[in-house]
Amino acid sequence: MKAYNIIDHEYDVVVLGAGGSGLRAAVGLSEAGLKTACISKVFPTRSHTSAAQGGISAALGNMGEDDWRWHMYDTVKGADWLGDQDSIEYLCKEAPKAVLELEKYGVPFSRTEEGKIYQRPFGGMTKNYGNGIVQRTCAAADRTGHAILHTLYGQALKHNTEFFIEYFALDLLMKDGECKGLIAWNLNDGTIHRFRAHTVIIATGGYGKVYYSATSAHTCTGDGNAMVLRAGLPLQDMEFVQFHPTGIYGHGTLISEGVRGEGGYLVNSKGERFMERYAPNAKDLASRDVVSRSMSIEINEGRGVGKDQDHVHLHLSHLDKSVIENRLPGITEAARLFANVDVTKDPIPVVPTVHYNMGGIPTNYKAEVLTMNGSEKTVPGLMAIGEAACVSVHGANRLGSNSLIDLVVFGRAAAKRAAELVKSGTPHEEIPETETQKCLDRFDKLRNAQGDNSTAELRLSMQKTMQSKCAVFRTEKNLKQGVDEIGKTYDGMDSISVKDKSLVFNTDLVETLEFDNLIRQAVATVDSAYHRKESRGAHAREDYPKRDDEKFMQHTLAWCDGKNTKISYRPVHQSTLTNEVQYFPPQERVY
Amino acid sequence: MVQLSLPKNSEIKKGKYFKDKTGSKNLRKVNIYRWDPSTDEGPRIDTYEVDMDNCPSKVLDILNKIKNEIDSTITYRRSCAHGVCGSCAMNMGGKNGLACTTPHAEIEGDIDIYPLPHLKVKKDLIGDLDGLYKQYQSIEPWLKNNSTKETTEIYQSKEDRAKLDGAYECIMCACCSTSCPSYWWNGDKYLGPAVLLQAYRWIIDSRDEERKARLKKVADELKLYRCHTILNCTNACPKGLNPAKAIAEIKKMLAMANV
Repeated sequence: MKAYNIIDHEYDVVVLGAGGSGLRAAVGLSEAGLKTACISKVFPTRSHTSAAQGGISAALGNMGEDDWRWHMYDTVKGADWLGDQDSIEYLCKEAPKAVLELEKYGVPFSRTEEGKIYQRPFGGMTKNYGNGIVQRTCAAADRTGHAILHTLYGQALKHNTEFFIEYFALDLLMKDGECKGLIAWNLNDGTIHRFRAHTVIIATGGYGKVYYSATSAHTCTGDGNAMVLRAGLPLQDMEFVQFHPTGIYGHGTLISEGVRGEGGYLVNSKGERFMERYAPNAKDLASRDVVSRSMSIEINEGRGVGKDQDHVHLHLSHLDKSVIENRLPGITEAARLFANVDVTKDPIPVVPTVHYNMGGIPTNYKAEVLTMNGSEKTVPGLMAIGEAACVSVHGANRLGSNSLIDLVVFGRAAAKRAAELVKSGTPHEEIPETETQKCLDRFDKLRNAQGDNSTAELRLSMQKTMQSKCAVFRTEKNLKQGVDEIGKTYDGMDSISVKDKSLVFNTDLVETLEFDNLIRQAVATVDSAYHRKESRGAHAREDYPKRDDEKFMQHTLAWCDGKNTKISYRPVHQSTLTNEVQYFPPQERVY
Repeated sequence: MVQLSLPKNSEIKKGKYFKDKTGSKNLRKVNIYRWDPSTDEGPRIDTYEVDMDNCPSKVLDILNKIKNEIDSTITYRRSCAHGVCGSCAMNMGGKNGLACTTPHAEIEGDIDIYPLPHLKVKKDLIGDLDGLYKQYQSIEPWLKNNSTKETTEIYQSKEDRAKLDGAYECIMCACCSTSCPSYWWNGDKYLGPAVLLQAYRWIIDSRDEERKARLKKVADELKLYRCHTILNCTNACPKGLNPAKAIAEIKKMLAMANV
């Protein structure tokens, strides 16, 4: 193997990822006086947080009475009781503080007549434990994620956070089950960098790109998740993939739930507002898994619109012009660009589209990574936040606008916890060279791969398999086929080819490393789905249509060694964090 | 005598020609600027014949198609693919824009794709934006307000909030700054339209308590007044924003205020 030039760095904490959660953590760490590096494969404001549209949930009560306990109930129910209620309590209680903090950072929230932060209705957000709709989702028009991401980047600049931009992370450095740092490849000049750290915080986002049609960015490849798998640690609840009801048909661009929050509704080929049948109370504002399933049923039963009757219509032309102009300008633009639709006149063609991964790296509410070794244990030196993490606050289905709040609440929590655990300037332990060698062997092997299969072909085959075998509705037979097909695609890696052999901005190699990351998560996802023989939240099994609390009130843990997986379970936390709120026992979930 | 010859890397040669292998009758020629820093060769233009019958509508779709099916070595930035992240800014058919929102049908004849103008090129279509990012940092893009109330937000009227519309939406793609002749000439000192629009966004935020200091900071012959209202910036903005107007507003505020 050719020797690589390795540049060493020492930091108290390394944050991997510069989206909403990574930046919020970096700001907190810098404030706490810890020497912090923030590493990202894209410039921070290019992160996928920028694509979040509708808003960020918090029981501020600006638009009528609200209570964080109601928010907690909604989140528990939205999660179909797979969420850990101690973490959900923490999320909802801390949410108002976190949003007010964002406002003070400068986020340009839309405003009410009194000058307070404007809040809009969103799916599954109710008052008084399911009795009526509440306006809880704080919005900056329909560009809330963009506004938050740019503001957080400004805060990081204010605190002189050290950024390593356009660095692609390769692997974690582990020693005796503890994380000691990571290795990254600087795309700008081709050098390899080894970061030693007392704590690594993974904030690499989701892995939507395992599917063919997703609202996710090209860069949503779950690199941190795959690094965790390669470090011999498990991922949790990977079978829970959220299909957003309203991705633009044929293109996948997100159309915010805020459209339905502002009064838009879905219609089938008969001109019928079909959600009234599936969710008599919440209608179009039922939670996302419910709406996506209802749309799929309408389409499967022949009531879809269009030439192939394979999508439905989202109407908003009846809305007041000023509502569209002031609160939905971004989706107006997206509909024009990607569906050629003038929303003031015509409906938007939409279809359920992969949008969010509830699963990820298991953590507790302090963002410390968990593993199972007889019982639940933390992994020293390793934390995870944001979509990469599975805290688990979203359980089997995330409510809209709960992701942005997850980013800032747990980004902040991670910084706080790291500040408790790490004493600035503590000397670093030696790490055995074998870890570096192992990482660079994989890198070098892929870089010099000269097989017959192009990365793009293998990626397409994986995406098509996931799209057809692990979609909104699942069956034993389909999932088994999925497991086999993904396994075959994995084997295709043995003969992969990379044409570009250079080290500077070699995006051929970047895409191949990303594919290597994706395929491992595809394996974990389809295998976890195969083993969960019940229907819960986003995981709908036609052969097991009911939720089975006796067997499956448990988080799935999946370890993957290549394409071989080991599946195990850990019980959902069935208690709250404090006695300020009572545990919500499982109920039937109707909207 | 002053030496007037161009630097070695500025001479663009004709590169490889990738002939169609699909047998499609609906082909377009796509010419792409290529330069690899790890070789001694200068830049070249590679030409690809692309089957348009199986290609979605945007320029980014063409690039992805080439990278996936014809030549995996072409290098460009891309991420969100729907015009919000600002990664895929480049020059297409002579105009700056986002590849993910620019329909290729709007480009007549061969499709020429270059990096954003007047940036150092890192590789192929990837330009070096480090200078622009440093300038962005220099305007201190964060709210300056000493409010310590933890229980409420800083109130802002709907009218004051409306002033931020057209400014906060900037995605920092640099289409505007790299279309500006003044920025081409004085890019090391003139802040350029993208960064001045950001400066304006904080100057007019009613919650900010350092308005005067912010104005004073940009009131500089080079930082601000290199803008000669050419308006290329406004023409180039893929988000429909108007940086030229924001710059004019800053100039007006300075002319009228006593700072």
